[in-house]
Amino acid sequence: MKSFNYHAPKDVKDASKLASSSSAFLAGGMTTIPSMKLGLASYKDVIDIKNIKKLSGIKVSGKTVTVGATTKHVEVAESKDVKKAIPALAKLAGNIGDAQVRNRGTIGGSISNNDPSACYPSACMALNAVIHTNKRKIEAEKFFTGMFETALKSGELVEAVEFEIPEKADYQKHPNPASRYAIIGVFVAKHKKDVNVAVTGAKSCVYIDKDLSKKLSSNFSLSAIEGAEVKSSGMNSDMHASAEYRANLVSLYAKKAVEAC
Amino acid sequence: MASLVGSRVERKEDTRFLQGKGRYTADINIANQTYAVFVRSPHARAKIKSVDTSKALKSSGVVGVLTGKEIAEDKIGGLIAGWAIRSEDGSEMKVPANPPLAKDVANFVGEPIAVVFAETLDEAKEGAEKVKVDYKVLKAVVDPAEAMKSDAIHDGVDKNLCYDWLLGDRKAVDEAFAKADKVIKVDLINNRLVPNAMEPRACVVDYNTASEEITLYTTSQNPHLSRLVMSAFGGVAPENKLRVVAPDVGGGFGSKINVYNEEIVCSWASKKIERPIKWVAERTESFLTDTHGRDHVTHAELAVTNDGKFLGFKNETIANLGAYARVFGTVTPTYLFGPCATGVYVIPAAYSNVKAVYTNTAPVDAYRGAGRPEATYTIERLVEKAAMELGMDKTEIRMKNFPTQFPFKQTLVHTVDSGDYVAGLEKAKQMADYAGFEARRKKSEANGKLRGIGVSSYFEACGIAPSAAVMSLGCGVGLWESAEVRFNPTGQISVFTGAHSHGQSHDTTFAQIAADELGVPMENIDVVHGDTDKGTFGMGTYGSRSLTVGGIAIVNACKKIVAKGKRVAAKMLEVNEDEIEFKDGEFVALKSNKKKTIGEVAFACYLPGQRDEMKSPIPEGDEPGLIESSFFDPANFSFPAGSHICEVEIDPDTGNVKVEKYTAVDDFGRIVNPMIVEGQVHGGIAQGIGQALHENTQYDETGQLMTASYMDYTMPRADNFPEFNLGFTCTHATSNPLGVKGCGEAGAIASPPTVMNAVIDALGGQEISMPATAEKVWKACKAMKKSNAKAA
Repeated sequence: MKSFNYHAPKDVKDASKLASSSSAFLAGGMTTIPSMKLGLASYKDVIDIKNIKKLSGIKVSGKTVTVGATTKHVEVAESKDVKKAIPALAKLAGNIGDAQVRNRGTIGGSISNNDPSACYPSACMALNAVIHTNKRKIEAEKFFTGMFETALKSGELVEAVEFEIPEKADYQKHPNPASRYAIIGVFVAKHKKDVNVAVTGAKSCVYIDKDLSKKLSSNFSLSAIEGAEVKSSGMNSDMHASAEYRANLVSLYAKKAVEAC
Repeated sequence: MASLVGSRVERKEDTRFLQGKGRYTADINIANQTYAVFVRSPHARAKIKSVDTSKALKSSGVVGVLTGKEIAEDKIGGLIAGWAIRSEDGSEMKVPANPPLAKDVANFVGEPIAVVFAETLDEAKEGAEKVKVDYKVLKAVVDPAEAMKSDAIHDGVDKNLCYDWLLGDRKAVDEAFAKADKVIKVDLINNRLVPNAMEPRACVVDYNTASEEITLYTTSQNPHLSRLVMSAFGGVAPENKLRVVAPDVGGGFGSKINVYNEEIVCSWASKKIERPIKWVAERTESFLTDTHGRDHVTHAELAVTNDGKFLGFKNETIANLGAYARVFGTVTPTYLFGPCATGVYVIPAAYSNVKAVYTNTAPVDAYRGAGRPEATYTIERLVEKAAMELGMDKTEIRMKNFPTQFPFKQTLVHTVDSGDYVAGLEKAKQMADYAGFEARRKKSEANGKLRGIGVSSYFEACGIAPSAAVMSLGCGVGLWESAEVRFNPTGQISVFTGAHSHGQSHDTTFAQIAADELGVPMENIDVVHGDTDKGTFGMGTYGSRSLTVGGIAIVNACKKIVAKGKRVAAKMLEVNEDEIEFKDGEFVALKSNKKKTIGEVAFACYLPGQRDEMKSPIPEGDEPGLIESSFFDPANFSFPAGSHICEVEIDPDTGNVKVEKYTAVDDFGRIVNPMIVEGQVHGGIAQGIGQALHENTQYDETGQLMTASYMDYTMPRADNFPEFNLGFTCTHATSNPLGVKGCGEAGAIASPPTVMNAVIDALGGQEISMPATAEKVWKACKAMKKSNAKAA
């Protein structure tokens, strides 16, 4: 790892001021640090935001659950409030990586990195999340813009993620046996008016499967998607899984999620 | 006194390991040390046109930069292939030079080209980035099956062929096949594995400018051999000026047998720059440059009669050596593989033909089991398929072809001294509730799952390698082991062994053995290993040899101690030597019942002249002191054997394979510490399940290693395994006085075919290759559904 300047600001304003084109925000460091160690990334300034108190914590209102950016996966997984309001979200957090990752990794880090096989982006999409940054509020749909890319601008920092509480929801994932990232993750959320089926791992970026969402919106039952074909075109094909296998898993895990709702 | 051999003594070494007090090579720091970083080839095959070190030399903190040019000028030798194998036509194997730093051509991704030494690790890395290597990239040879048809990657190695080796009689096999009712055929790939020792390789070198002695701390399974190789072949320093220390070592699995480029380069360079040097591999370097395992492409056939008798066996294998032949690289796919490929069966005619090829991939060498897992996979896939094609029970066909008389002269080479294969399989069947499988299968079926059961029976030849047996094969060198047992005047005992423990628990088991022999508490015994300045020469640890070879040397040295002790005690007690009995640590004069403890005798040996004693207790002809050594070269290999049974359940929707039950019944002869042996079996099975279901080393067509991190290379984890169900049978080895057999590799030898036989059974006989990943299995399930639908 190359040397860098380490900063630990106490508030968001200072953190933002320190940011530049050669800086990185550091929360859990579950991606940033390995990338730096492998020489894949190097920064002049690393801005550790873990000391900014207001970025951490979970708040539940009548309609939403808001998770602070530096809230760890383990905290979401074990939160009584989250388990009560959106059990699927707690379940998702409890199955990310391994215990070490869950004890350090954060929601803000995960969604800012937008790894195409990360779990959290699918929850954001399915639960109509609003991403609060130090500059603005961004709808999840507009936040995740491409592979490892988001709508965040330089110096912009995720402060919290506000999830809409659904009527029912479930998350199912087929983990990569090596990394335990999602080969496929499917988040199904039934809201009052409609149903979202968000898929991670299948393509270069998380997306809503419109066909499955539509079918389930008009009839939320297993039979509605029983014969639905998920097309493999545009899906990732790599040494871990072919596009054809991924397509099979999307359809399979969507059904599993509906069943579990 | 109760015997310690056979009891579950807790491990002495656990205190330091569990408290984080182990002392590994990377824990060692020498004042004024520099840090080494190697510049490695990013290409699988490339001409090195030039290496420009000028910018690196000017980089901050850089102390020195050395390349293949300097190491060649200093005439430092390269890495070596340990065993000479002859081809069927009598010609010698072709071995290309393997310089420690590549000078003219790079042959695999990760091969070292240059090295940078700097005051800090960061500065060394920075410097390494500034070494400019100009490459001309050449087309890489990656696939072993295609290697013989591709460009030769080494000068003088036609068709990339190291040797084309034959063991057995082709004519006799043809005749046997002509008489067969049926010929069973399999095409197999034994997948390449990355060893992944928990501790990456490392070395720390300290050159003493006054004594001109080099001390090399390194992650080695065999420090004495390392010293020999570096001295005799590397020319780094004469043996008396080279001390090799392998302190605590965190796993080897064969990958730390070799002397590697980095150890030779750092030892040579430390003298050159007159500074200590530290190098610790990063995990990616381990993936790229540790010797890999397996990598065979095999076609094999078994000739059978309709009632399931085996008549003949043939085995045509292409073995991938990688870019260079290393220490056990050439013997692993020949003498460690071919003879065992006929398995635990009476097969009248057999041959194994192996073509070993070079490719632009990391060198392949011994990995837990070395050749014997590949052999067992070959024969046990064939036998299982034979049972399926003949409609016979898979255990019945095995029983039918087991030898029942021992010694058993196996078809190709070995005379197996002892065993009872029937008892092992019977016990495994009972422990696995083999008879109840069909009910469990139906239950799985009712849940929409496919359940399969697989069996393997194996034997292996280990305790590598008795000179008498090795010489008769016309290859290699015999490998004995040494021990020295040293009594201190005050009665504690140091047991020096040439074996090396990197997870095998020698501190405990060797102390158990010596304590029994000497009749002293094992707390009084320290086992000393891993330092060429302590103890005599030794061959190290691999091939399940520590106990069966090294342990016996300890027994024999202890017996010499007792023999001398008897003479001394006789003189002290003023009786004849034959009137002394040694029991539970005491020399007893039978008539008078007067005694001297072994501690008193040891004291007397060191302080023979005492006040008021008129006579010396040292008998005439004996010398003072109580130190004895032994070199043990057994008459034969040891032949552990057993039967394993596995049950898997497959989810046809995802292709996920779950190992539901795993039963292993092994015959390791007499067992010194059952708890430690069970640990060895657990580890071996885990590695074998890893090979069968998870571990998938992949190079792309340009020779880049695609699976060079734990993000992409699947190591098996605890949640991939059921609770292992272990049992033992016991027939004593006759080739050593303890009756012990090796146990370190058995689990990894038996489990891949056991698991694959179960997977293939669940898939209705559809063959798939290792590792049986979810997607492969899913595809097979789909094909099965289709063919079932057609049949219906």
